[in-house]
Amino acid sequence: MDLYFKDKEITGMLVILPSNEIYFEEEMENYNFSTAKSLKLKAALGLNKRRVVQEGVCASDLAIKGLDYLFSNGKLVKEEIDALLFVTQSPDYIMPPTSNVIQGHFNLKQDMICLDINQGCAGFIVGVNQAFMLLDQSSISKVVLINADVLSPKVSKRDRNSNPLIGDAASITIIEKTSNRTEIFGSIKMDGKGAFSLQIPAGGAKLPISANTSEMLEDVSGNFRSKENLVMKGDDVFNFVQAEVPPMIESLLNMAKIDKDVVDYYMFHQPNKFMLNKVADKIGVNRGKMPSNIVENFGNSSGVTIPIVTWFNVADEIKEKRLKICFSGFGVGLTWASLLMDVGPLSFCEMIEY
Amino acid sequence: MKSKIIAVLNDIRPEFDFNEPVDNFIEAGMLDSFDLVTLVTSLDEVFEISIDGTDILPENFSNIESILNLLNKYSK
Repeated sequence: MDLYFKDKEITGMLVILPSNEIYFEEEMENYNFSTAKSLKLKAALGLNKRRVVQEGVCASDLAIKGLDYLFSNGKLVKEEIDALLFVTQSPDYIMPPTSNVIQGHFNLKQDMICLDINQGCAGFIVGVNQAFMLLDQSSISKVVLINADVLSPKVSKRDRNSNPLIGDAASITIIEKTSNRTEIFGSIKMDGKGAFSLQIPAGGAKLPISANTSEMLEDVSGNFRSKENLVMKGDDVFNFVQAEVPPMIESLLNMAKIDKDVVDYYMFHQPNKFMLNKVADKIGVNRGKMPSNIVENFGNSSGVTIPIVTWFNVADEIKEKRLKICFSGFGVGLTWASLLMDVGPLSFCEMIEY
Repeated sequence: MKSKIIAVLNDIRPEFDFNEPVDNFIEAGMLDSFDLVTLVTSLDEVFEISIDGTDILPENFSNIESILNLLNKYSK
């Protein structure tokens, strides 16, 4: 589905990362594979270190730390927030919505919208799209989009497919109406037939937590996980991304009537370096325009990786000037979504640690 | 080309002899999906190509013949 928005923009971006850092080598002995094989995979996928929370820290804790920082430093005014979007796959509770919990924590005004969205790797794009749609209302001028996920407790430490990749993080993106004439091109697609390619089988109403669901089982590749752990069909996800994302980007560029080389950066979700390099080659863009250095430094934090890759690679540049950026997220759902828009100069683009 | 492919495979899984004829490396347990990532990375480097992501399917790496057929697509 093609989308088109105008006269809206991103005005600020904050990333919140746990200070706790884990190196790949520290966990290799957990995996049922030889050291040599694990190290080869480390090189091919670009694994190194990742950030994960200490036990007991929730996605909302990261978000609250970030909002507190923005309020305290005059970068965001409470009364100006007309909508608070919280995109996560790790909510604090089944009910109430975490966005309402955060609203209550900060005593934000009642005359606003709080909305939780269950989305993962495409969650930044889905959240920005939702913000743009809300901003079409005359009563909404500023939307705070929070992407936050703490999935590391849901990943088996003995699962080499997922554990070395996963990271925890949050981001806060400010999205507003603007008097600047802006044109934003978007595309989003979903395929629920692939819904179980990325899944946490137990813990919902379909399969409640029980003694059986916590049993650790070995898969054909030698990984151990329970039904309460995240399970990823890596081959299916890889093939889906390679088949679907490049044509979506080509279609988006055609819709905007611009050449791929006019785009300053391709800020994509960060599954791993190998997958991103293959996508860059397929689209035909220089790998330097599509940074792939987030998994090796911070891990894959689902919907937060796009703000992280933007902050980590162009924070100074995007505070100074306007950049033409193609954002793209793809994963659980299956969902794949992209935006082509001008971003900057941002009033802030920074990172704080939790 | 064949000897280079075998050298790459032997480097990835030195416990197996890839000179021996095998119908399907994956079904025989000689390669798994993670090995394919390493294999594609090495083939890209050795032959100075970029194997298309949509070609990274198990059937294209099932034996020496299938790998040769795949690489022939990219030969200049």
